[in-house]
Amino acid sequence: MKRIPISTSPATVLCCLLGVLLGAGGYTFREGEGLAYLGSASKTCANCHIMRDQYDGWQKASHHAAATCNDCHVPQGLIPKYLIKGENGFEHSKAFTLQNFHEPIQIKPKSARIVQKNCMRCHGALVSEMLSKDRGSGEPFKCARCHDRVGHGPTR
Amino acid sequence: MLQKMPSPHPSRLRAAYFVTVILAASATVGAMALWRNIMERKAEARQHVFQIVELNGNTIDPAEWGKNYPRQYDSYRRTVDTERTRYGGSDAFQKLDADPLGRVLFQGYAFAVDYREDRGHAYMLSDQEQTERVKQFKQPGACLHCHASIIPAYREMGRKAGAPDGRPQDQIMKGFEAVCALTYAEARNLTDSKGNKLIQHPVACIDCHDPASMGLRVTRPGLLNGLRELAKAETPLPHLPSVMRWRAGSRVRDYDVNADASRQELRTLVCAQCHVEYYFKGPEKRLTYPWSKGIRMDEIESYYDAAGFADWTHGGSGAKMLKAQHPEFETWSQGIHARSGVSCADCHMPYMREGAVKISDHHVRSPLLNPSRSCQTCHRYPEKEIMARAEAIQGRTAALMLRAEQATVGLIQELSDAKKSGATDDALQGARTLHRQAQWRLDFVAAENSMGFHAPQETARILAEAIDLAHRGRIELLKPVEKKK
Repeated sequence: MKRIPISTSPATVLCCLLGVLLGAGGYTFREGEGLAYLGSASKTCANCHIMRDQYDGWQKASHHAAATCNDCHVPQGLIPKYLIKGENGFEHSKAFTLQNFHEPIQIKPKSARIVQKNCMRCHGALVSEMLSKDRGSGEPFKCARCHDRVGHGPTR
Repeated sequence: MLQKMPSPHPSRLRAAYFVTVILAASATVGAMALWRNIMERKAEARQHVFQIVELNGNTIDPAEWGKNYPRQYDSYRRTVDTERTRYGGSDAFQKLDADPLGRVLFQGYAFAVDYREDRGHAYMLSDQEQTERVKQFKQPGACLHCHASIIPAYREMGRKAGAPDGRPQDQIMKGFEAVCALTYAEARNLTDSKGNKLIQHPVACIDCHDPASMGLRVTRPGLLNGLRELAKAETPLPHLPSVMRWRAGSRVRDYDVNADASRQELRTLVCAQCHVEYYFKGPEKRLTYPWSKGIRMDEIESYYDAAGFADWTHGGSGAKMLKAQHPEFETWSQGIHARSGVSCADCHMPYMREGAVKISDHHVRSPLLNPSRSCQTCHRYPEKEIMARAEAIQGRTAALMLRAEQATVGLIQELSDAKKSGATDDALQGARTLHRQAQWRLDFVAAENSMGFHAPQETARILAEAIDLAHRGRIELLKPVEKKK
């Protein structure tokens, strides 16, 4: 039998190294429960402890039975949905790893616009009369300005 | 025919390999570092308290507690800071210089000599030894009820007074009564049987926390007695649901704050152990919270009137005066935050996060120094807007308070003039009573540490009454008075 020579060529070293990276990266992804972020279970959003209050509040809120986090906070089309998930996922992981964000957490204008669109997705027919007139101010209309408890319940 | 690619130059190939190896290695290091970070956060979320030392009822030194609870201890130690807010803060400025009317208002009383703004919790014991009110005037041991971590001293004194070891609460009450009656110096220098000083620390962990469970508890006799009496009063207390439940029940036993109050109520009541109106009752100087008729300003006044109590006789007007202490709990009780179930700790010790651990900030201070954590949890407005709202309330209160001061000082001067021109005590009685009433109201607001914020409308009502009563006193003096012959 012919023995396979143990090659010490740079290509082999590189392959090993890339393998280690793949393994370490994959394991970290699993430990960080990375796969869960592709789904739509609301519990996933409380994975990193920051949104515990929001998650707890949602469980007591009227929308608990009707909408998950994703139903309000990400767009509904397949591609926009995963684009926003990717963007938010990156921003949130960066913020939590570096621990350099404003507390209590606050919604960004872009995310607030997504929420508003999702309000309209379900309730648009009900409020179409209200919104048919141009309000003139240029200020975006926000349902949650007054109905702030339907999603997250009482603050405490 | 395929044309053979020219093979790259060996040195360029080596460089490409080298760069790739470095990149792959760095990326691996990054992935491992991230993994470690994730694991740390997960571990913090799972368990963040490690018992290093055993704590019991005799562990007074907060540094010992700090070994088990380093995060809370770190923030507790930060009450040494010196910060100014517009009307208060933790900088010991002399209020009598900031507002010289104080020297007229408190004429004949220790507060006309020294009235410094109080500093943070860390200084409560040492500052008490520095104030001219203690250095130049005789003060009782009762003062230490709130300026020191005193429960072990009470227990020791209770034991000496004959209360058995099996009943620590009886020992505390007996000891409390004994220490109140001592002079300040005697109480401050109490020692145990081995000669160790019993009073060494300002407010410490043990004053609010049960060492076994870490749950909140009220230890100080002043509040235990005060709440028991308050529960029996008829005044409505909708912001203290446990008292309302006790009142509706069979009342076979007295209201017991540690058995009846909820955790959220205790997040206020541990602070109310000291941040209240009080007086020293009788010759035994028993520290007493004057609440048996209620905790509103008027109810406390009628308690003092019924008891015939006066803190001092005013040097200018000759009126029998009341000095308000720091009725924060009483004032908060009349405000919208209390009615909404918001406790002292919610704003003054807001929740904060370190890594994946959520703790309450033990750096007790003005919410104006920390509006994001203190206010934004509920009020979703920018910090600037929140500050502007708070400052509007405080600015209005300060303006109204100044008017009340000026009106009261006017009354004092006119009373003093009338006395000098020979008016009899009988003739001045009506105006003197109005001076007592006006200044009690003014001081109830001035001595309270929030410049009206704890209950804006109630504060304005009290100041309006102060202004009215002061001017009514001045009108009283316009009546023809009978002169001494």
